[in-house]
Amino acid sequence: MERFKVKLQLNGEAVELDVNPSETLLETLRDRLELTGAKDGCGLGACGSCTVLLNGLPTRSCIVLTAELDGSEVSTIESLADGTKPAPVQESFMEKGAVQCGFCTPGMILTAKGLLDRNSRPTKEEIIRSISSNLCRCTGYKKIVEAVEAASSTETPKT
Amino acid sequence: MIDYDYKKPESLEEVFSLLKEYGPKATLIAGGTDVMVNIRNTKKAPEVLISLRGLKDLRYIKKNKGYHIGALTTHRMLELSELVKTELSALYDGASRIGSVQVRNVATIGGNICNAAPSADTAGPLLVLDAQVVLEGPKGRRNVPIAEFFTGTYKTVRKQGEVLVEFQIPAEMGHFGSAYWKHSRRKAMNLPILGIAVSLKLDDETITDARIGLTVAAPTPVRAYKAEEFLKGKQLTGDVLKEAGKIAASPECCSPRDSIRGEAWYRREIIEVYVARMAMLAAEKIKNR
Ligand SMILES: Cc1cc2nc3c(=O)[nH]c(=O)nc-3n(C[C@H](O)[C@H](O)[C@H](O)COP(=O)(O)OP(=O)(O)OC[C@H]3O[C@@H](n4cnc5c(N)ncnc54)[C@H](O)[C@@H]3O)c2cc1C
Ligand code: FES
Ligand code: FES
Repeated sequence: MERFKVKLQLNGEAVELDVNPSETLLETLRDRLELTGAKDGCGLGACGSCTVLLNGLPTRSCIVLTAELDGSEVSTIESLADGTKPAPVQESFMEKGAVQCGFCTPGMILTAKGLLDRNSRPTKEEIIRSISSNLCRCTGYKKIVEAVEAASSTETPKT
Repeated sequence: MIDYDYKKPESLEEVFSLLKEYGPKATLIAGGTDVMVNIRNTKKAPEVLISLRGLKDLRYIKKNKGYHIGALTTHRMLELSELVKTELSALYDGASRIGSVQVRNVATIGGNICNAAPSADTAGPLLVLDAQVVLEGPKGRRNVPIAEFFTGTYKTVRKQGEVLVEFQIPAEMGHFGSAYWKHSRRKAMNLPILGIAVSLKLDDETITDARIGLTVAAPTPVRAYKAEEFLKGKQLTGDVLKEAGKIAASPECCSPRDSIRGEAWYRREIIEVYVARMAMLAAEKIKNR
């Protein structure tokens, strides 16, 4: 079976990979690159815990093949903090108590980040619509929405 | 890990020759939101996946003697298109309710229709917009009316060597108003218990033409022809629409079954009510133009 050479811009660095055709991006990240921030929840595209930013858009890494991604830009939760200093959206998740068991958190934060990068002042309605792609079994969502609202006033808009 | 091979052709010609080479061992993959989930769910994979992502020129929404939508157009593109929202409203209603933004960013309308789930959210809208499915094979193109495209649950008339390339919607549909209702328990990330699409043409308050499309109401998406016939020439009144709803919900037009998402009697009641409501919405779309 042919293997695939894939070049990615991963968390700001150029990487060159040699992957199996049937390898998902989530498998590449977790098993090959030991970036375990993206979680393997349902593995079926339903829960959003495996969310990463693919060319800036929140995407489910469990149902995307790495072989498809040559030339793409991938950002995982590991890239958000600046050294040990958390990003504003991470700060506000902590401040607002939007994290309980934490399993959904990387996906939630990246989904929120994907929204805030495009729209630095989303309405509550837009926040709810956006994070409706991710499941959380602990928090009841209220605090997550509050955290994204809080982050929307501190996150510096990208131009 | 479940192993399979993967090919990424750059042109339709290459797709055809790969389909010929691998025959039934190959599966096409567009956005992959059905294909990948299926592989992971069943732990079974085809021998080779042939990706359509290299066919970049099959992503478009155009108006030019009718409407043309490329098979690889994503639901997100449909949702964000002003043209679709104002002139093909039912399709906007359907595409914008699929899964979540994450899913809509990658999932395609061609995949939704070729997968042929009884619950496909763009099927009802395409039925009431009289869409033609354009299939291309090595020997050329053929058009199939969407009402004849589905032959069973997850089954279509598409031949193994063919690729769905485009949906065509007749120009006159621009004079219809249309609406689609996805009836589901939750607002997001949920398959419909039922889908109801209606399109109408009006001359003042007289209904001159009508289409009704139902999903999850039979083994395939269906048109409720009897109810459409009833509407033609009638005045747009609550009573008329209610009667049309009754006909659409009757065994003459559909055959819903009991399932974990809802029982047949419940589905029939929802059809009755929502055919009338969607017809009203479709009429409003015309009046608000
Ligand atoms: C979390 C989640 C939520 C979802 N929610 C919904 C929902 O609310 N409503 C809904 O209707 N669906 C939903 N789906 C199903 C799916 O997203 C849609 O059916 C989608 O439109 C499929 O498109 P795709 O491009 O991903 O198709 P793929 O998975 O790539 O392909 C689907 C099928 O079509 C075939 N195919 C694809 N393109 C072509 C072509 N051009 N020519 C010939 N054959 C082709 C493939 O071989 C395959 O059999 C959901 C899926 C997920 C994972
Ligand atoms: S693990 Fe990918 S969506 Fe659940
Ligand atoms: S914090 Fe536990 S799933 Fe969200």
